[in-house]
Amino acid sequence: MTATAEAPGTTAPPEPAEPNRRRSTPLLLTAVLLAALALLALLSAGLGAYHIPLDDVLGSVRHRAGLGGHGLDRVGESVLWNVRLPRVVLALLVGASLGCAGALMQGVFGNPLAEPGVIGISAGAAAGAVGSIALGLSFFGNWTITFCAFTAGLVTVLAVYALSRSGGRTEVVTLILTGIAVNAFAGALIGLFIFFADSAQISQITFWQLGSLAQATWPKVLAVLPCALAGLAVAPLYARRLDLLALGERPARHLGVDVERLRVVLVLVVALLTAAAVAVAGVITFVGLLVPHLLRMAAGSGHRFLVPGSALGGAVVLMAGDLAARTVAAPAELPLGVLTALFGSPFFFWLLRRTRRTQGGWA
Amino acid sequence: MNALKSLFSARGPRELPVPPGPGHPALDARALSVWLGGRAVLDGVGLRVRTGEVVALVGPNGAGKSTLLAALAGDAAAVSGTVWIDGRPLADWPAPELALRRAVLPQQAALSFPFPVEEVVWMGRAPWAGTVREEEDDTVVAEAMAATGVAGFARRPFDALSGGERARVALARVLAQRAPVLLLDEPTAALDLRHQERVLRICRERARAGDAVVVVLHDLGLAAAYADRIAVLHEGRLAAEGPPREVLTEELVGRVYRQPVDVLAHPRTGTPVVVPRRDPRPGRDLRAVVLDRAVTEGT
Repeated sequence: MTATAEAPGTTAPPEPAEPNRRRSTPLLLTAVLLAALALLALLSAGLGAYHIPLDDVLGSVRHRAGLGGHGLDRVGESVLWNVRLPRVVLALLVGASLGCAGALMQGVFGNPLAEPGVIGISAGAAAGAVGSIALGLSFFGNWTITFCAFTAGLVTVLAVYALSRSGGRTEVVTLILTGIAVNAFAGALIGLFIFFADSAQISQITFWQLGSLAQATWPKVLAVLPCALAGLAVAPLYARRLDLLALGERPARHLGVDVERLRVVLVLVVALLTAAAVAVAGVITFVGLLVPHLLRMAAGSGHRFLVPGSALGGAVVLMAGDLAARTVAAPAELPLGVLTALFGSPFFFWLLRRTRRTQGGWA
Repeated sequence: MNALKSLFSARGPRELPVPPGPGHPALDARALSVWLGGRAVLDGVGLRVRTGEVVALVGPNGAGKSTLLAALAGDAAAVSGTVWIDGRPLADWPAPELALRRAVLPQQAALSFPFPVEEVVWMGRAPWAGTVREEEDDTVVAEAMAATGVAGFARRPFDALSGGERARVALARVLAQRAPVLLLDEPTAALDLRHQERVLRICRERARAGDAVVVVLHDLGLAAAYADRIAVLHEGRLAAEGPPREVLTEELVGRVYRQPVDVLAHPRTGTPVVVPRRDPRPGRDLRAVVLDRAVTEGT
């Protein structure tokens, strides 16, 4: 500042401060998101029909970790450790998976409207999960539903990919229309499975269609943990190559990216993450659309922040959503999927209008 | 973590290209044929490009210029023929190693997400990540941006730029890649007069520095002024190839473009200038115009 004041004649713009600011935005956002996540986790653990004060939550956690603190009474301990905390962990895993899957999918398709829910991957995975319930499959024990959701999700991703691309690119209209068709087909399959299911299975299936974390248990957390962690660990390794893919397929190849391989790996990762989320929480849409988009507006399009940042942001959004779903209409509980769709759909509509404007129409 | 990274990364240890002496064949295409839609778009084309030279590909629309460039880049699959680059067939190079050896400027610059200009140019350095030449990144990017004149809007988002600005950013990215073989598909198409000259001066500089440059051009004057050799494509075949003065004859250009032309020697430099042969414009001559104006102004 002083340098420019002393030498008004020099034409050098005072810009060097700019890149620092720009590079510090992701760091700042990460810190804010982490803080929000911690706060929401503590709130979610304490709030509910059985209120547990913040001190007691922290005390019980410290007690179990062997760091002093104190245990709660039998009911409190049970509510915290068997009901609330599995739900908190599940919200974290599902939200992170959905956010990350959205960011990856948008990168692979080169299209900001791609999202597992919108283009039918979630519905496909749900069809697999519902099918495994309706047909009473149990060949992999605890992991059967996850496995079926993954397989069906993978088939759906591949189908959407094959159907919506032409000449090396994905047009918005084709992608959305393909999503409509895939959603319709998956919906029909789910309907068919419901037709064959008995009433106990039907109530279980209904839960899938609405999307909820209400049935969170530790075994469920364990059932999705490997899928979600594997996907979340692999995704950031491909961030730089996703940046290059934004240039188009050929330019990315010219810059040394093995595009085919990149695409196969990332489609697998997206299927893995979506299946993990759908298998335990049912269809929760728009998280993967909203989170990466907001982060892109705040911190730029670079995938090195966007991919892990979307995982973090997804966890925050889902934990907040679940907290709201549990507490807004207490003692009743809103389905989480309904809540995210309620807020996500108008946003999707706005995004559609905006994309249309920047492209000057769909033709 | 590093072990995990290498497991999922395509980047093994790579062989860095060694700059060969001048006049060494950097890119060698032999008997290339490419079929598209049941038709031979390229039919037995051979082209050898040496280090230190600029070769211009010219020809009428649909002659196969872009297809030849795509085949040289490894994008268009040749039904027969081989492209050799740095002593090995193109198909034998893994993508990460090929990226150290040749850079390609596509005809249209597109970007799916709004990256700032600076980051787009930085993408050109991606092939060098993890090699010793990663240290040059800062200087190379700054040079590329200065050479193409995009430093002034380095922080603007790419999608807020005009067509010509985008084209220059794309060129800066390709220059930042610092590959010894440069393949440029119509780099001057969206540019004004000054930037057209600038781009071809850059081509010349890169050739002087020891690179081999292949550039698709529409403007025969530009090709004549800046290229060491011109390859004229006509209906998928090489109609002529050689120094501009030998290739750009009235007969050949007239036949290939089906447009009669006059080829003149530039009075100062002597390079050939190609002008379409035009009939004198019908209508009033200059004297009539002057007389007309005198009458209307009442003098």
